[in-house]
Amino acid sequence: MKILVAVKRVIDYNVQIRVKEDGSGIVTENVKMSTNPPDDNAIEEAVKIKESGKASEVIAVSVGEEKAQETVRKALAVGADRGILVKVDGIVEPLAVSKVLQKIVEKEKPDLVFMGKQAIDDDCNQTGQMLAALLNWPQATFASKIELKDKLLEVTREVDEGLEIIEVNIPAIVTCDLRLNEPRYASLPNIMKAKKKPIEQINASDLGVDTKPRIEQIKVEEPPKRKAGIKVATVEELVQKLKNEAKVI
Amino acid sequence: MSVLLIAEHNNQAVKPFTLNAISAASKIKEDVHVLVLGSNSENVAKSISQVPNVKKVLHVNNSLYENYLAENYTSAIIKLSKNYSHIVCSANTFGKNLMPRVAALLDVSQVSDITKVISEDTFLRPIYAGNAFATVKSSDKIKCVTIRPTSFDPAPTSGGSAEIQMSDPGDSTDLTRFIKKEEIKSDRPELGTARVVISGGRGMQSGENFKLITAVADKLNAAIGASRAAVDAGYITNDHQVGQTGKVVVPDLYIAVGISGAIQHLAGMKESKIIVAINKDGEAPIFSIADYGLEADLFDALPKFLEELNKLNTIQK
Repeated sequence: MKILVAVKRVIDYNVQIRVKEDGSGIVTENVKMSTNPPDDNAIEEAVKIKESGKASEVIAVSVGEEKAQETVRKALAVGADRGILVKVDGIVEPLAVSKVLQKIVEKEKPDLVFMGKQAIDDDCNQTGQMLAALLNWPQATFASKIELKDKLLEVTREVDEGLEIIEVNIPAIVTCDLRLNEPRYASLPNIMKAKKKPIEQINASDLGVDTKPRIEQIKVEEPPKRKAGIKVATVEELVQKLKNEAKVI
Repeated sequence: MSVLLIAEHNNQAVKPFTLNAISAASKIKEDVHVLVLGSNSENVAKSISQVPNVKKVLHVNNSLYENYLAENYTSAIIKLSKNYSHIVCSANTFGKNLMPRVAALLDVSQVSDITKVISEDTFLRPIYAGNAFATVKSSDKIKCVTIRPTSFDPAPTSGGSAEIQMSDPGDSTDLTRFIKKEEIKSDRPELGTARVVISGGRGMQSGENFKLITAVADKLNAAIGASRAAVDAGYITNDHQVGQTGKVVVPDLYIAVGISGAIQHLAGMKESKIIVAINKDGEAPIFSIADYGLEADLFDALPKFLEELNKLNTIQK
């Protein structure tokens, strides 16, 4: 069994982002970048399956600019065997990413494709479902538990009402929730070893995929600021304010 | 060309967020058709036909749709898509799971989680956990759009009498099988629609201590929320999570207890009308967005809060 894991390079989740003054986007220069958090869970799950002897190879793939190589390298440092970087500059919409991944899946023929359920930059939550549609594979989104059975995958999904359990045929796409597992940290020896693992570089244009955005981003603005509130000294004062000033209780 | 809205329901009743999505859809165009894919779902089709904003209900009643699976829904939607300019649904776990599958097969770049309709092709949507808002214009022939339900008022549920037209099912697929759903039943208001929400964070220190939150929630008829830290620590189940990867809530009153206010949590609650923060760390970021901040030990403050609430003659429900 072969597992392909898609990872995305995003602004680190702890960074307070800044909107560019001309409204053309978000400041990314000199900002700490990291792996999209639920993509770390996707890599962890794939590596765990490999360690249990049920998978023979874990391949990490990223679609993005040259620097996304660091994100692939990090996946190699926590246990992926080899990497693929599909190079595209500028904004790549989930539809284009899923078309690129479709080409990679056709070439690599994995049994499972894992990725995070959502990227924390554009918050789209689309790529996994789109890839599943293009491949006509089943999709198990928002997974918080995965159980590998013969030719089948039983997946517990986090849905609004609670939990849902579904069974999907393999090959399948799984999009991972943050509660799927606890991603490991890369040890120094493994980081050194990862430097020797291969990363294949491909240009998206060579795959015959049109990655031109279909959605025009007209402007990006800061959200309306909440006006600064006050500190109350006691619980009595709080209740009095809520009752008489805010009139919400 | 009309807007096609995909209804979420449990074969007996319409899920409330469908009504918010109907409101948003009718801001795109007045001609809104609603597709009900269900099994023994006559009541659902009938109740949607009474929503005044709805011009037509397309009803597919087939055992194929006894349980919602994106794989089965998609083919039925694709078959109808050529008659429509927009396909929309709510951006909750139902719509997030479904719409991209539809969009990809139509070769459409989806617009996710909109909070405002600017024109037929231009929408406002939050990015970076709501720390920025993007105005985006779609150039696709059919527009696939998901709607942030809490940004739109629910449509009224009576007064309309739309035609109900029976429609054909899509292809069946055996790629995926529904096994079961573990719904958490509660007498409390639903987190997504409650007027008052009280949430606990890592500061609660244990699941047992959430009883302090529960007592206040009972008094205020509030829904109970939690930060991701509290859910990850196992204090409470995931369906209570408020934040970027959990639920987005916009109550009249949001009370954050023992929650420091990570960016990811603020994304789910900072549009609330009034925010109260109770935290013993006076430097916690939650205070920078709270209307009323109380720097105190929650284990003292919560019982006292309940005591003060009990002294009030009336409490709004």
